[in-house]
Amino acid sequence: MNVIDIQGATKVFNPGRSNQVEALAEIDLAVEPGEFITLIGPSGCGKSTLLRLIASLISPSTGSVEVNAKPAEQARLDRDYGMAFQTAGLFDWRTVTKNIELPLELMGWSKGNRRRRAAEMLELVKLSDFAKHHPSELSGGMQQRVAIARALAFSPSLLLMDEPFGALDEMTREHMQDELLRIWKETGTTVVFVTHSIPEAVYLSTRVLVMSPRPGTIASIIDVDLGGRSAATRDDPAFFNKVTEVRVALRKVEE
Amino acid sequence: MAKIDIGAVADDPLVREHRLKQQAAQEERRDAVVRIVRQTVTFALFLALLAGLYTGYKAFGQAIDDRQHDWAVVGSVLPRTDDLNMPPVSEIFGQFGETPGGQDQIYVKILFDEALFTLREAFAGFMVGLVIGMAIALALAQWRRLEQGLLPYVIASQTIPLIAIAPIIVIWGRKNFDIFPWEWQDWMSVSIIATYLTFFPVAVNGLRGLQSPRPENQELMESYAANWSQTLWRLRLPASLPYLFAALKIAATASIVGAIVGEISSGVSGGLGRRILSEAFNYTTGPDRLFASVLGAAVLGIFVFLVVTGVERLVVGRHSRGAAA
Repeated sequence: MNVIDIQGATKVFNPGRSNQVEALAEIDLAVEPGEFITLIGPSGCGKSTLLRLIASLISPSTGSVEVNAKPAEQARLDRDYGMAFQTAGLFDWRTVTKNIELPLELMGWSKGNRRRRAAEMLELVKLSDFAKHHPSELSGGMQQRVAIARALAFSPSLLLMDEPFGALDEMTREHMQDELLRIWKETGTTVVFVTHSIPEAVYLSTRVLVMSPRPGTIASIIDVDLGGRSAATRDDPAFFNKVTEVRVALRKVEE
Repeated sequence: MAKIDIGAVADDPLVREHRLKQQAAQEERRDAVVRIVRQTVTFALFLALLAGLYTGYKAFGQAIDDRQHDWAVVGSVLPRTDDLNMPPVSEIFGQFGETPGGQDQIYVKILFDEALFTLREAFAGFMVGLVIGMAIALALAQWRRLEQGLLPYVIASQTIPLIAIAPIIVIWGRKNFDIFPWEWQDWMSVSIIATYLTFFPVAVNGLRGLQSPRPENQELMESYAANWSQTLWRLRLPASLPYLFAALKIAATASIVGAIVGEISSGVSGGLGRRILSEAFNYTTGPDRLFASVLGAAVLGIFVFLVVTGVERLVVGRHSRGAAA
């Protein structure tokens, strides 16, 4: 069973008006459990739109989007996925623990269970010492880790990430990539990850989807098989070859 | 063999956390004391400066007045600074401890009772205004079209001079407000006037606050399939609090102003506004009492401002500046 099944999905914003925008054209996509998919492409190619279609934050103009073999809307109502955004989007008035508990509150978990799960998640993202802190007391990288913990708190089978490391500096970013891969392995969650960065896409993914500019389509799919990632991977010629392959594909779509 | 490590006890995260927390609380208390002392001293210095300017100007005017024939031109342009127009600071403050003729209480106690009366009217009006203002803010935030349609009228409501509507409300209150299960009192009309000044800042800032969460925060709640009230209580209301309290500080002092103006233009039988009006009538016999009663009104305004600020510290805390980036 595929985690994500998209067939002939298109998205037109403001149809029939002068500011009509054809954002996505004929997207077909199947994602299997445990995959790490990145969406990469030039600005405005509809990466985020595609992610929001999967999240059912917007609905397709035509075609169908299924998550866990049900309509995306139903998957959203069933809380089948967690989501992380470019800004951590933590609630400033809540402590780190209470931020992670937010989805659990909405799902009606008991207080004890919420506390226990939040503590587990903090351990997963290595922030146990900051449980009682407020987001304003954390660095950008730490805030993003809390956001990931929040997205994974209710063990969704799918994690959707919209350029979550875009605002971080390079060092923090590479560190966060390793953390994310570790969490991905530990939890077995399927991940769909939007990024602008070619090395990031190659380093993280099992498959890189290169998207063409408006209207967005999936121009090419590049399988990445680099085995277990480590610091050495970033210096591996195989890694550079994949980076080049993605770059060439990106250049092609921009022509 | 069981290993006993003294260092491990000291390094116990719970112990460490407890210590850190105690230390933080101590520091916070110390900072708060320092802050309050500093603010009090600054305020006292400011008052002293005002009193000094007042006294200095009075002395200056007096000096010119004494040389009327030498300074005829200047003397006729500058306002009079004799004791009738500008009672000495010492006499204004001295008035607080005096017992006016026909009374058996010192003046400060009389003013305190009047202030309490005004405060009650203002508080009732403030609370009603808060509820109405938030209801309007919620409605406008919910229906964008309503915002375009209704907001101009909300703004226009504030352009009607208070002095003009106050008597109307009082007259209506006496004649027409018998639909309520209780008997309409004049002070309730005064409260309505306070409400009139209160609901507006609450509605405008409340709306801004409710709309303040970033799109990602809204999308996050949507991704959790959160319903309207969950989003309201967990995101929009908490995010609106800093905005709301900015409005409440304005609204609190405005409710006092509204109550005082309301008292002056209504027949209500007590309150600071009433007192100020009657001291104005008796100005020639006791100008210092008018000044003292106006000071009382100022103190009441500062008091409610401080109360709202205190509540804000308790409710919002120092971490909340709307949804985090």
